[in-house]
Amino acid sequence: MRKLLFIQSHAPHGTLFGQEGLDAILAGSAFADCAVLFLGDGVYQLLKGQATQSLASRNYSVSYQALFDYGVDAIFCSAADLLTRGLTLEDLIVAPTPLNPKELEAILHDYDVILDF
Amino acid sequence: MKFTIVIQGGPYTTQASLSAWHFARAVLSSGHEIYRIFFYHDGVYNANTLLSPPQDEFDLHHAWRSLATEHGLELIICVASALRRGLLDPTEADRYEKSQSNVEAPFVISGLGQLIDGALTADRTLTFGP
Repeated sequence: MRKLLFIQSHAPHGTLFGQEGLDAILAGSAFADCAVLFLGDGVYQLLKGQATQSLASRNYSVSYQALFDYGVDAIFCSAADLLTRGLTLEDLIVAPTPLNPKELEAILHDYDVILDF
Repeated sequence: MKFTIVIQGGPYTTQASLSAWHFARAVLSSGHEIYRIFFYHDGVYNANTLLSPPQDEFDLHHAWRSLATEHGLELIICVASALRRGLLDPTEADRYEKSQSNVEAPFVISGLGQLIDGALTADRTLTFGP
């Protein structure tokens, strides 16, 4: 069976990429071995304490906690992208595995299909 | 080689869907096969039958339809993306009690399973996004 890698590269709420990307990940998990990689501003997707009521935007970030329940246990992020944004794993809802550039390269090669959001 | 093409950009907003159309044509004219075309995110706007660009501008909606009709392809648009952006075929318009619809064949409203199936089945999956 082929392995799918979903990349989240947008900050939440400014666009719908995060929310619709997450929907795709959850759909993918029903059919295939799936992993998620948070790159660039995509690391903000996992930020704790998103208070979206006043934005009238849905706080779908809580659904990231369900990834494990959906069998998606390979969750990665770029260590550098986390660092440059002043974030640590403690700031995030789910702790992804931080990767250095060499490890990122290996992940991108390891998965058969990459779907980018 | 079999391709799945994912389009996430709206027409006349970013170049994403135009580039995807050019790529789809190139795939077919090179003797390759398209397994699936899947419109997601703002890409679903390509399905709007009411798109009415000026006559001296490229009609991308019509171009997608011609390509699909000529090669017997379905143009799948994601139901969740479509509904929240007001893209409805007559069935969905009935279901949501709307007086109009704006999606018709060869554009077909379907689910995310089509994206996953496309990604799992094709030799290559390309995403065109803004």
